[in-house]
Amino acid sequence: MTKAGLSPTDSIKPPLWVNAEITYKCPLHCVFCYNPLNYASTFDKELTTEEWLKALREARELGAVQLGISGGEPLMRDDAEVIVAEASKMGYYVNLLTSGIGLTEKRIAAFKAGGLDQIQLSFQDSTKEMNDFLSSTRTFDLKLKVARLIKQYDYPMVLNVVLHRLNIDHIEQILEMAEEMQADHVELANSQYYAWAFKNREHLMPSREQLEHAEAVCNQFRARLGNKMKLYFVVPDYYQDRPKACMNGWGTVFLNIAPDGLALPCHEARMLPGLEFPNLRDHEVRSIWYESEAFNAYRGDGWMKEPCRSCDEKDKDFGGCRCQAFMLTGDARNADPVCSKSPHHSVVTDQVALAQQPRRPDDEVRPLIIFRDDGNSRRLS
Amino acid sequence: MSLAKDKALRFARQYKLQWEKAQDAWVLLYPEGLIKLTESAGEILKRIDGQCSATDIINSLQAAFPGADLQQDVTDFLEHAHDKGWIITD
Ligand code: SF4
Ligand code: SF4
Repeated sequence: MTKAGLSPTDSIKPPLWVNAEITYKCPLHCVFCYNPLNYASTFDKELTTEEWLKALREARELGAVQLGISGGEPLMRDDAEVIVAEASKMGYYVNLLTSGIGLTEKRIAAFKAGGLDQIQLSFQDSTKEMNDFLSSTRTFDLKLKVARLIKQYDYPMVLNVVLHRLNIDHIEQILEMAEEMQADHVELANSQYYAWAFKNREHLMPSREQLEHAEAVCNQFRARLGNKMKLYFVVPDYYQDRPKACMNGWGTVFLNIAPDGLALPCHEARMLPGLEFPNLRDHEVRSIWYESEAFNAYRGDGWMKEPCRSCDEKDKDFGGCRCQAFMLTGDARNADPVCSKSPHHSVVTDQVALAQQPRRPDDEVRPLIIFRDDGNSRRLS
Repeated sequence: MSLAKDKALRFARQYKLQWEKAQDAWVLLYPEGLIKLTESAGEILKRIDGQCSATDIINSLQAAFPGADLQQDVTDFLEHAHDKGWIITD
């Protein structure tokens, strides 16, 4: 049933999945961070608790049912417990994505009582030195403690490790650590090149040899551990010849809400020029989802250019990622150049070729890396 | 793996069954995903409460839908759900 005057057109399905980036504040400084470069500009504009709950309620009424609470580090907000508990009452399946910093026993007990369904813990690396380098702060021991707490509160241990050129050769230690922590699921996803990772791309992209080695090690662990620890290994999409079906299509299932209330069809869309993204402060989710120009911009395939427009695979990958197309070709309507049919495909293969060069020593690379921190964010805004 | 017919069934940790008005269907929720259930799958799974066994569920369905021979279909579906790891016995 739809309300008169606001009836969604039949072709637009309601959102199913909301990702609430409740703050971009974060004590870590990951070199691959997917937060926008100018994230610090949101600090004084964050939605209040009430504004978050209103937006979540509206999305829930439309049919959204999966909810990620992420950031930044969501635990930097002391109302994270309230948001989780209220969202859970609304009927969301709630997933907390955290680096673990700030997850005390008191807080995890409150999350559990509030109905939190799952916790995903991210890890930068397995060795203390590397972990501290990659996240640029001393956090490793703390995370091990957090991992124990997660188990103690009867959550499955879901571990996310972002892999890249500088840590991928530690794969064996990473997996040993995961095994020691009794991880149930481990996602080893290579960093994708957006935001900070795009800035640091040439230092982060692994060589083919590194990837093959890492995958072989993964397979050994898989063979030994079977279902006890499920492993997912994701290569950088630059190594593929077809793009990912980004967000399962623009404006089809996914609604990202940034800390300042901006409604986005994906985490990165803020970068796209020519689109004015609506703010949850000024608009209801219903009108944002069904009527806003931004959410309709890349729905369906009317916007496509060649080669996508006449391609028989366009229902499979929707032409890939709009942000990647924009970053690498200057036009978001182009095919994602990861696709070998794209006339711009060489921008991807050239980068991959560059990654096959011998690895430079860490201490040479280190000063060249741009860490995600508030100073750099303001400078790059 | 065959399913013991007399043992109480419950949802595996992380699986949640919920009626979704927007989809006009029962859905099974799990981390980062959901399965929209058919009407009959919903009828079966909504009877899982941590106490009923497969036999109890079949009896309850037979009573609710008299005249239909549900035995085999329900058994097959419960085994499928068990193989998938959605439901478990204690
Ligand atoms: S990627 Fe790292 S720096 Fe960025 S929000 Fe996550 S933990 Fe913080
Ligand atoms: S040409 Fe476009 S639609 Fe076809 S496979 Fe490549 S990206 Fe996908």
